[in-house]
Amino acid sequence: MTAENLILLCLAVPAIATVLIAMCRQVPNLRETVTLSAAVILLVCVLGLLDDVLAGARPSVTLFEVVPGIAIAFTVEPLGMLFGLVASGLWIVNSLYSIGYMRGNDEPRQTPFYMCFGIAIASTIGVAFSANLFTLFLFYEILTLSTYPLVTHKANDEAVAGGRTYLVLLLGTSMVLLLPAIIWTWVETGTMTFAVGGILGEEPNPAIVAALLFLYAYGIGKAALMPIHFWLPAAMVAPTPVSALLHAVAVVKAGVFSIVKIVVYVFGIETLSQSGTAGWLLYVAGGTILIASIVALKADNLKRRLAYSTVSQLSYVVLATAILAPISVVGAAMHIAAHAVSKITLFFAAGSIYTAAHLTEVSQLNGIGRKMPWTMGAFAIGALSMIGVPPTAGFLSKWYILMGAMNTQQWVAVGIIIASTLLNAAYFLPVIYAAFFKAPDENSGGHDHGEAPLPMVIALTATAAGTILLFFFPAVPLALSKMLVGG
Amino acid sequence: MREQLPALQVVIPLLGAVLCALLRRGAIAWVIALGVSWTLAVVSVLLLLQVLDTGPISYAMGDWAPPWGIEYRVDALSGFLLVLISVVGAVIMPYAHTSVCDEIEERNQGWFYTMYLLCLAGLLGIAITGDAFNAFVFLEISSLSTYAMIALGRDRRALLAAYQYLIMGTIGATMYVIGVGLLYSMTGSLNLVDIASRLGDVETSRPILAAIAFITVGVSLKLALFPLHVWLPNAYAFAPSVATAFLAATATKVAVYLLLRFLFSVFGVAIVVQGLPVTEIFLVLSLAAMFGASIVAIFQEDIKRMLAYSSVAQIGYITLGIALASQTGLTGGIVHLANHAMTKAALFLLLGAVVYRIGACKITDMAGLAKKMPVTMGAFVVAGLGIIGTPGTAGFISKWYLASGALEKGWWWLALLIVASSLLSVIYIGRVVEVIWFRPLAKAGEKASEMPLQMMIPALVLVAATIYFGFDTTWTADVAARAAQVLLPGAP
Repeated sequence: MTAENLILLCLAVPAIATVLIAMCRQVPNLRETVTLSAAVILLVCVLGLLDDVLAGARPSVTLFEVVPGIAIAFTVEPLGMLFGLVASGLWIVNSLYSIGYMRGNDEPRQTPFYMCFGIAIASTIGVAFSANLFTLFLFYEILTLSTYPLVTHKANDEAVAGGRTYLVLLLGTSMVLLLPAIIWTWVETGTMTFAVGGILGEEPNPAIVAALLFLYAYGIGKAALMPIHFWLPAAMVAPTPVSALLHAVAVVKAGVFSIVKIVVYVFGIETLSQSGTAGWLLYVAGGTILIASIVALKADNLKRRLAYSTVSQLSYVVLATAILAPISVVGAAMHIAAHAVSKITLFFAAGSIYTAAHLTEVSQLNGIGRKMPWTMGAFAIGALSMIGVPPTAGFLSKWYILMGAMNTQQWVAVGIIIASTLLNAAYFLPVIYAAFFKAPDENSGGHDHGEAPLPMVIALTATAAGTILLFFFPAVPLALSKMLVGG
Repeated sequence: MREQLPALQVVIPLLGAVLCALLRRGAIAWVIALGVSWTLAVVSVLLLLQVLDTGPISYAMGDWAPPWGIEYRVDALSGFLLVLISVVGAVIMPYAHTSVCDEIEERNQGWFYTMYLLCLAGLLGIAITGDAFNAFVFLEISSLSTYAMIALGRDRRALLAAYQYLIMGTIGATMYVIGVGLLYSMTGSLNLVDIASRLGDVETSRPILAAIAFITVGVSLKLALFPLHVWLPNAYAFAPSVATAFLAATATKVAVYLLLRFLFSVFGVAIVVQGLPVTEIFLVLSLAAMFGASIVAIFQEDIKRMLAYSSVAQIGYITLGIALASQTGLTGGIVHLANHAMTKAALFLLLGAVVYRIGACKITDMAGLAKKMPVTMGAFVVAGLGIIGTPGTAGFISKWYLASGALEKGWWWLALLIVASSLLSVIYIGRVVEVIWFRPLAKAGEKASEMPLQMMIPALVLVAATIYFGFDTTWTADVAARAAQVLLPGAP
């Protein structure tokens, strides 16, 4: 099979799975089989592209032109490859986990749930492989729309309100800021196709570069730069597998991925650093990291704490990009992968605590590590990766980001990273300590429970293992990240 | 036969109307209207293909050579409109029978189809004629039949709405005919092409300026340009569902066509754009429509009325194309004629199905309705996305052209306003979506079920078109670009 067909197949597999899921709605076991096998097939397809990309090829395919000059086209470049791998790999474990969670909690409307999941994955792959801004935007919006029913899955007032915030902020920023930025790029340069070194030309007008950077940075609301991060905590009303999808697999990753992609392939790292207009982004990202960490420190609801941790971790990627050193961009790309496996572990753990023990607050978790050793063990690994302690994936990406900051002598960035590491430790370590070393509370410990359902435990153990494996075997993601900056 | 096609566009519906009036029986009249609509769709597509292939067609009515006789003239723009009107009619007609039987008394059904066919004849006539006075005649035919169609609505307030529209429409038509009279007195011609060439002789004298003013205001009343839109919400809200869908998709669009024709083909860019502040006025009024009407739409209880206000806002996008007066901008405006037509017709048809099932379309009555009518409400969401203009829908293409047109001129603030106004549509569409999907089922909807197939298929065809034309723009944006070239001959 040619690489071109393989790209189309990657998009088609989750889309076809969506249709099959709808057809199998009467037979839950068959329906779940469809989801799982589609996830495996998708990973195989994405892996099929890996060798070509590592060998330096850039397989691409153009579907058709919508308006002259504006085509729906796909090109697999290293960053998209990395993101595609992360998304398709995690879809497998997430599906496994979803099955356990949805059945364990007797959730209603499971068929639409899995269907929306399929569409969301298809659009994530579309974002990852997009060859131009228009294709990126198209799938970015489909991703927002297809995850809205997932966020509002519970269909109560709280879910509807959260969904409203989610939709209005994401759709709003993308339509009001991102779309004009794309059209402006198109009118200025006459092209929208991503190209190595950027498409803005040799010496673009700094004022335009500054304005475009602002529009892109805030237009991509999924990257959750403050002050447009509110949708992320609001979306916490969703069931936990959806939170995992939002935080690890698809949505926020599509946001930071788009920012890195646009900085590298639309602006060009060199062009942007010469124009000297990206300084503010570093401070905004740094501010987001610190403020979100402080909010997380104070949050008692576990999922809320994780949500603000995500806001802060996303800004690591943006910060690393804004440093504009090639080595820090490697760190940014690595962090997309590292944060994905670690954060999904944390959410899986939160979800299995909810499923097994019906607990949601940090203050209720005293001694739970003894009843749920696997879950809390995985949680600990994920948390260590968030802090950046070896041997976890988070250490690697942080290392590269720090190197970039030091090489370019951006001491503010160095300071922010160190300060936030301390804050991360401050809001994660007490949870681990309480879970393993504190005695269970008398008043909340009356409920007897063991581990969560088996599929959930398998899933979270797998991602925890992945977090550690990524530290010892980072060859593939690292190679892709380095190819991104031409290393 | 082929050279007679332009005349058939008007003759067939007129004859059909007479037949309907004579036969009266609802079912027979419906069959006639259906046959006529489908024939017209074929004829208009043939005409458009011919125009795109060989250039404008000129047809001398009764063999009286223009400029003395009445000329029928089809170019890319009028061909585009002909296809738009007749295809919308052809898609809606299969739907009509069930809905009309439900909403209109048996003895009036024949008359409804008569009025529909007269209206169709009038609208097609305006689009095809090359004669200023003939256009007035067709304008009146379509308007008078529209008043009657609206008055057939079963709510008693329909009468008042029709009356209101009658007054406003007559004022508009009168202004138009005054303007045409002034033009005739200055140029001695009624043929549009002829007037345009003779206007070169006459300096922009006061009568010509007065003619521009009268015609612009008169036609703007018909196309419901903000703030001349006050007739529209009532008329759309109380008319029978089929009439609302048809009128929303076609009537205002034809008025826009007439305006484009006069401003660009007759008076010309030299006078209108460079000599007078016409574009500035349209810019302000378009923006006022896009924001004002959208905000009003957010607060409507009746969903039909909400969509009517949304139409006023969307007309603002179309006239924004006039304000930009550039190739890209006009393409955006013209393509939005078609894109908005199919999207809004789809929404009104879906609402018609709601009325058919639960007898009302108040937002409170529609609560939770998605549980009973999932396909209808799912289609409503998709068509709603078309109104919002998310990528992958036809509405996005229009917005893309309009915003590009604004940025080409360096008006970045306008590009921002265009996209910002679509955020308002997110609110008014999203509000309905939340209620129909997440609220508990209202009492009115307890016995509801999916709409019958003959209603569902036309509505779904239009919804599918909304998506399809968001990806393939060969028959929308490309033709619109050629139409814009017709209007701006000098532009690249």
